[in-house]
Amino acid sequence: MTDEHNLIEKVRIMDAARIDRALSRLASEIVEENQGVQDLYLVGIRRRGVPLAERIAEKIKTLEGALPYLGSLDITLYRDDLSTVGASPIVNRTELEVDIEDKNIVLVDDVLYTGRTIRAALDQLMDFGRPKKVRLAVLIDRGREHRELPIHADFIGKTVPTKKSEIIKVMLKEFDGEEGVGIFERAE
Amino acid sequence: MDKFKRKDLLGIKDLSAEEIKIILQVAETFREVSRRDVKKVPTLRGKTVINLFFEPSTRTRTSFELAAKRLSADAVNISTSTSSLAKGETILDMAKNLDAMAPHVIVVRHSSAGVPHQLAKASRASIVNAGDGSNEHPTQALLDAMTIYEHKGRIEGLRVAILGDILHSRVARSNVYLLTKLGAEVCVAGPNTLIPQDFQHLVENGLTICPSIESAIQDADVVMVLRIQKERMNEAFFPTMREYSIHYGLTKERLKLAKPDAIVLHPGPMNRGVEIASDVADGSSSLILNQVEYGLAVRMAVLYLLTGGED
Repeated sequence: MTDEHNLIEKVRIMDAARIDRALSRLASEIVEENQGVQDLYLVGIRRRGVPLAERIAEKIKTLEGALPYLGSLDITLYRDDLSTVGASPIVNRTELEVDIEDKNIVLVDDVLYTGRTIRAALDQLMDFGRPKKVRLAVLIDRGREHRELPIHADFIGKTVPTKKSEIIKVMLKEFDGEEGVGIFERAE
Repeated sequence: MDKFKRKDLLGIKDLSAEEIKIILQVAETFREVSRRDVKKVPTLRGKTVINLFFEPSTRTRTSFELAAKRLSADAVNISTSTSSLAKGETILDMAKNLDAMAPHVIVVRHSSAGVPHQLAKASRASIVNAGDGSNEHPTQALLDAMTIYEHKGRIEGLRVAILGDILHSRVARSNVYLLTKLGAEVCVAGPNTLIPQDFQHLVENGLTICPSIESAIQDADVVMVLRIQKERMNEAFFPTMREYSIHYGLTKERLKLAKPDAIVLHPGPMNRGVEIASDVADGSSSLILNQVEYGLAVRMAVLYLLTGGED
């Protein structure tokens, strides 16, 4: 299977059902740690963290009968590689309508790799206020050996040890028209 | 969507509709930054923006300076009275010297058309035209477009009247290019002496030269009033200011000809009681202060888009 960037899918590691079960577990771990939805604030990192945060919020509602606060971050303006990425990327909206002051924030993203995206998200979050604490939930953790900063995930859907040459793609119906997680490699 | 890949922003004339839309889309997200408590993002940290203004300006210069600062760039302002031009240095030599200090962006306003284009050739920095003589003022047209988008939801198919001193107006020129590229029907009107001949070739692209102010305002969705530019008038284009206001000024009565939900724009600074009556300028249709807010967002977007990426 080849897609538009000349990537070949080596193995499919999750399908729709496995993604859903992983999110259910993340939801219950999050409310267990937080002891309910009190002051709980899920913040999805654009793009794929946003629908993931929404889905976890729905599951928390089923468990607890109440929705946590929901927001989204676009970290483009906080990236550390803007001068090397080519033309400036399009910036999307950051939406934190409820004040984050003294809230228990859970950042939600699809893949944790180098940790640089999370660094940018943390910097941006701090510009909006002083949360009581910040946790990180990811669907896929590619493993500590890739980390370039002292950042770790508190809630992990699945740990997938990978090589640097491999690319993990989380596909969600909102953006990709299908659900799944695959390991890809660039075609030679 | 394609990405924005230009070094300079010299005018609207050479931009594609797609490029204009990218700038407007990015500007929309920067508006949100100015509404935060901390109105600053680290995006352009370590970059330098020089504001080189050879003509008086409050709005545009402050707007560019704030835009640079809210993106964490270092902004330096140079105005004519404090520059070495007063000692006889040519603009090109000055530009080369500034260039040697490696700024990333030079924002320039000058009373002669084409100065930013000259600087763009001589400098490695990105040049932003903040108004060159009677030629163009691209960020003003972009902020006008953003104001229209925000309040009308579209530009295509709208009737836009541009009134007054079209001949000397870089705002009119940039707006005519931009609005016709995005599919608006543009009507310009004013004293015959103040309608430029070089607009004739744009007539087929959605521009009409209206015989009277009233016919231009008729059923308009947007009424844009231009400032009478006394500083550029070396000849007698009309008898007196008072006469101008009677025949060509936007009054409450004349505005009634437009659609009931029409919006009124003015690039500022206003000559109250000349091209626009005070009750119109302060009235409910007027978005003149909203324009200033959008201006900041547009300039942040332009600085961001021009400085991103490798050289």
